[in-house]
Amino acid sequence: MQTEIKFAGFGGQGILLSAKLLAYAAMKQGSFVAWVPSYGPEMRGGTAYCTVVISDKLIGSPIIKNPTHLVAMNRPSLETFVDDVKPGGIVFINSSLIPVRSNREDIIELVVPINEIAADAGSVRAANIVALAAFNAKAKLVDPELLKQCVKDEFAAKAKIIPLNMKAFDEGMNFVENN
Amino acid sequence: MAKVLMKGNEAIGEAAIRAGCKNYFAYPITPQSEVAEYLVKRLPEEGGVFLQGESEVAVGYMIFGAAGTGERVMTTSSSPGISLMSEAISYIAAAQCPCVFVNIVRCGPGLGGILPAQGDYFQATKGGGHGDYRLLVLAPDGVQEAVEMTMQAFTLAEKYRGPVMILGDGLIGQMMEPVEFPEDLATEPINNDDWATNGMSTRKSKKRNLVKSLFLDPTDLNNHNLALKAKYDQMGREDIQFEAYNTDTDYQVLITSYGTMSRVCRTAIDSLKEEGIEVAMLRPKTLFPFPEAAIYDAATKDSCKTVISIELSMGQMVEDVERCVKGQRPVEFYGECGGDIPSPEKIIDIIKGII
Repeated sequence: MQTEIKFAGFGGQGILLSAKLLAYAAMKQGSFVAWVPSYGPEMRGGTAYCTVVISDKLIGSPIIKNPTHLVAMNRPSLETFVDDVKPGGIVFINSSLIPVRSNREDIIELVVPINEIAADAGSVRAANIVALAAFNAKAKLVDPELLKQCVKDEFAAKAKIIPLNMKAFDEGMNFVENN
Repeated sequence: MAKVLMKGNEAIGEAAIRAGCKNYFAYPITPQSEVAEYLVKRLPEEGGVFLQGESEVAVGYMIFGAAGTGERVMTTSSSPGISLMSEAISYIAAAQCPCVFVNIVRCGPGLGGILPAQGDYFQATKGGGHGDYRLLVLAPDGVQEAVEMTMQAFTLAEKYRGPVMILGDGLIGQMMEPVEFPEDLATEPINNDDWATNGMSTRKSKKRNLVKSLFLDPTDLNNHNLALKAKYDQMGREDIQFEAYNTDTDYQVLITSYGTMSRVCRTAIDSLKEEGIEVAMLRPKTLFPFPEAAIYDAATKDSCKTVISIELSMGQMVEDVERCVKGQRPVEFYGECGGDIPSPEKIIDIIKGII
């Protein structure tokens, strides 16, 4: 069983970190993981994306053309990658920045206004943590408590922003569970 | 020790520290600059030295100088940078100084591009510099192996008293995977007193040591080259490493592939197996010394009809594969080297096309 998640957004939205935290939690849970960034030339403000592969056996090719799920943080990311998602997968749409939808019937659309949720939790900068928690609440890839602990560990050196990120995490999860 | 999630480049840096490397000289180049970024922070904590050279040419000779004292020393670079260091590598091989070169390969030729490639196979295994020397070349297929091979590289460099190269690629450098670090190497290099220019005051033997590559007397030079050759032959007897994948089946096709490309082939082999098509892979982990006998044996198994070398190059390792197969089976080739890595589906198509 292998699951692949593509995280995509523009530089600065924290998608590399969200993806890393998911990979980290999956590793702690005993899975094989790979975190594969796109490191080709990109202009400032251009799209950044990376893929997390989670598997119960040794990962062969870490290059994934058709991921199981997509987390799209901005419109170009959704438009570029939505058709690559395997049928039955989750397409996460950051509705704070994306006014359109997937136009696909064979996937599960998860629409979350992460920037607003993050702003309510204290700062829009935690939007990537909202997205991570909300996506995982739907996809159920890792134990949410473990994932939350990984977020906490990540910010260990910046203790001041831990409460913000904990709140963002909870609010992201609550949004999905209550809708 | 528990597993940690690390980028290949950072893991290589940490592995060097755990191998007792106290000297790291480098010049930044994509896609391996994170090694320097990591070591500039970590090495001083371990009492080591990081120094950025003014160019890769300078770095090559900084490595030579430090290696001549018998200290553990490493540099990392990427393709064009390794070209600039190649003159020094030839001198270091001739002067028999242990050290580690890491090439996180990008696309070439020329400036090429920054994406993964395997176009430096010839440069690494056939000599990027001049003269009759060889590098022991290790080719990891992921972050865990990059760590293990970096640490092994220091041991092998001291065993053979010469430069050892890790040939990775941009994906291995940039990707994060869980790693478990092997036990640290003993901190003291193997006793260097009988050859290294490590200072008369600290040395037990009072013999004067000379590190050099100039031998003007033809007999001396021939003997020197015979001694180097004897080391390369010993590598072939004692330090060949490879992985055989799915070779216990009645496979029709044998793939030869290494590094990142071999992982894609592995996925393709697994998918083909589900369709009832058996394909095997022989993955050299040492590119020099090359697993000649293992490839011959795998290729000449009765069920095997064809051998195909699949690489991120325009056809380099395939020449060694052909040499090993000795005309017993047709040897085909598939390669791409613009920076895109062929998908498992592409490899499946290629394999189906030849059976």
